[in-house]
Amino acid sequence: MSWIDKVKSKASQIISRPEEAWVECKKCKETIYSAELEENFNVCPKCDYHFRLSARARIQSLLEPNSFTEHDQTLVSTDSLKFKDKKRYKDRIRASIKSGFSHDAIITGSGKLGEHDVELCAFEFKFMGGSMGSVVGEKITRAIERAIENKSAVIIVNCSGGARMQEGILSLMQMAKTASALQKLGEHKLPYISILTDPTTGGVSASFAMLGDFILAEPGATIGFAGARVIEQTIKQKLPEGFQTAEFLWDHGLIDSVVHRKELKGKLEQILSLLAGKN
Amino acid sequence: MVQILEFEREIFAVENQIRELVSLSHMYDSVGDITHEIGKLKKKLRRMKLDIFSNLNGWQKTQVARHPERPHTMDYVDGIFTDFCEQHGDRHGGFGPSIVGGIARLAGQTVMVMGHQKGRTTEEKLRRNFGMAQPEDYRKAQRLMNFAEKFRFPIVTLIDTPGAYPGIDAEEKGQSEAIAKNLMVMSQLKVPIIVVVIGEGGSGGALAIGVGDRVMMLEHSVYSVISPEGCASILWAKKDKVVQAADALCLTAKNLKELNVIDQIVHEPLGGAHRNHKRAIILLRKALKGQLNELLTIPVDKLLEQRAEKFRNMGIFGDITQESQV
Ligand SMILES: [Zn+2]
Repeated sequence: MSWIDKVKSKASQIISRPEEAWVECKKCKETIYSAELEENFNVCPKCDYHFRLSARARIQSLLEPNSFTEHDQTLVSTDSLKFKDKKRYKDRIRASIKSGFSHDAIITGSGKLGEHDVELCAFEFKFMGGSMGSVVGEKITRAIERAIENKSAVIIVNCSGGARMQEGILSLMQMAKTASALQKLGEHKLPYISILTDPTTGGVSASFAMLGDFILAEPGATIGFAGARVIEQTIKQKLPEGFQTAEFLWDHGLIDSVVHRKELKGKLEQILSLLAGKN
Repeated sequence: MVQILEFEREIFAVENQIRELVSLSHMYDSVGDITHEIGKLKKKLRRMKLDIFSNLNGWQKTQVARHPERPHTMDYVDGIFTDFCEQHGDRHGGFGPSIVGGIARLAGQTVMVMGHQKGRTTEEKLRRNFGMAQPEDYRKAQRLMNFAEKFRFPIVTLIDTPGAYPGIDAEEKGQSEAIAKNLMVMSQLKVPIIVVVIGEGGSGGALAIGVGDRVMMLEHSVYSVISPEGCASILWAKKDKVVQAADALCLTAKNLKELNVIDQIVHEPLGGAHRNHKRAIILLRKALKGQLNELLTIPVDKLLEQRAEKFRNMGIFGDITQESQV
């Protein structure tokens, strides 16, 4: 029995708490020691599967240590439609806030990436699937407005299933609101880099996510407008292998580059300094 | 064959009664009594229509908005505008049959008019892809908008779509990018833009031609982030919850006016636009003229400022620091 097998058999005894020490890769099913996974940018060392990152971990992975100042963290959804399906929207919000990741599905703030000032927006998928309602739209808009004021770049790390149904038409309008803000940013000749991670779909994909001056995507990420199931039901055909993956979008000329997570920060630095016109 | 919605049955029954009495009155001499009876029934019919159509729920409105007999974009284009000169294609290899557009005259003024066209006959529905636009449709719309800006023509867009087309080729050609780009371009296009939801406002596929200085909705049209069917199957995991879903989504013209998402509700003829195209066209023409005359008096820079402000303010949220201070 090799050393790693011994450790693994030991690990099976604590499998009831897998998130603490061991994780199973969703793609190759390999069991990975979580410390090792973390050291490897939360990418499977065996198959390169990119695990989903929390907003905080994402910010940490991209910005210089202690350079991040969070903004607008006190904005919260108010359930203006009094929406109720099987659960009340109010209760869903409350439960999501209680789980402690954030007050809504995005964290925004200012920081340094290399020597560059950036406004960074990172989606938190654990908050209602990263869905976009009024708070997400407002926080992104404010980040863009701060960038205009401080003459800095905007980076959005997308990780969202799309618009938040529980805010009805108001969530749809966030698409127009953010696109309009980006139009202003462009008029000020300030850069916006969009990063697409798994998943980037629906109303998020059909607004700011696809409007980057540069659009980068993580390997294997699902990216698209319509959900795969909806498409299948509509056309009554099976979808081709690799449909709506980052690589598929690259093949069709829809994004600039598929970037491995461990190269992402370097790539962003390179782009930002090229855009700034100096090295 | 005329499609009768469930809540219209009573209305059609009374209409039949009236029709029978009218034909009787032609055959018999006791016209006095029958005329009196017809008058009573007509009054009853009017009250009934008023009562039913002013109390439609979200799902009933959705059915009216989707009614196959409802006036479509081309009905309004033909009825309201003159000299419509259709413009084709996105100039990048795409035809774009689901959105029709071109220059035309509205009360003497040249304007660009465009809208989703669902199609009336089976053949036309297929050709138009049921009004479900593909990237080339949106790029064609964008081309026409830039054209309008170049020649300083105001733009009128008419929205009537179940949603953007969900298909393999649509994704390959960049459905998301096509929609997103339109939102961006429309937000600062240097001519007045009037948007009217005439039937079904299906999510991003509708909004892609829906950013403007004035957004109006016909009285029985709907506008939503997702269809009631889609919402029911995702949030309730049950398709038969469409009635609840439609109400929860707040998708009626009245809902959207209260949420400050639209500026004006355009009245429809009693009983819905599908029962009286001619009257629906007159009512929309009047509303369009009113908005256009107002917008033409606003200088362009002011107009753009107001448009940016309008969409900047979309959304409702709270701030817990402020709440705790209060
Ligand atoms: Zn793996």
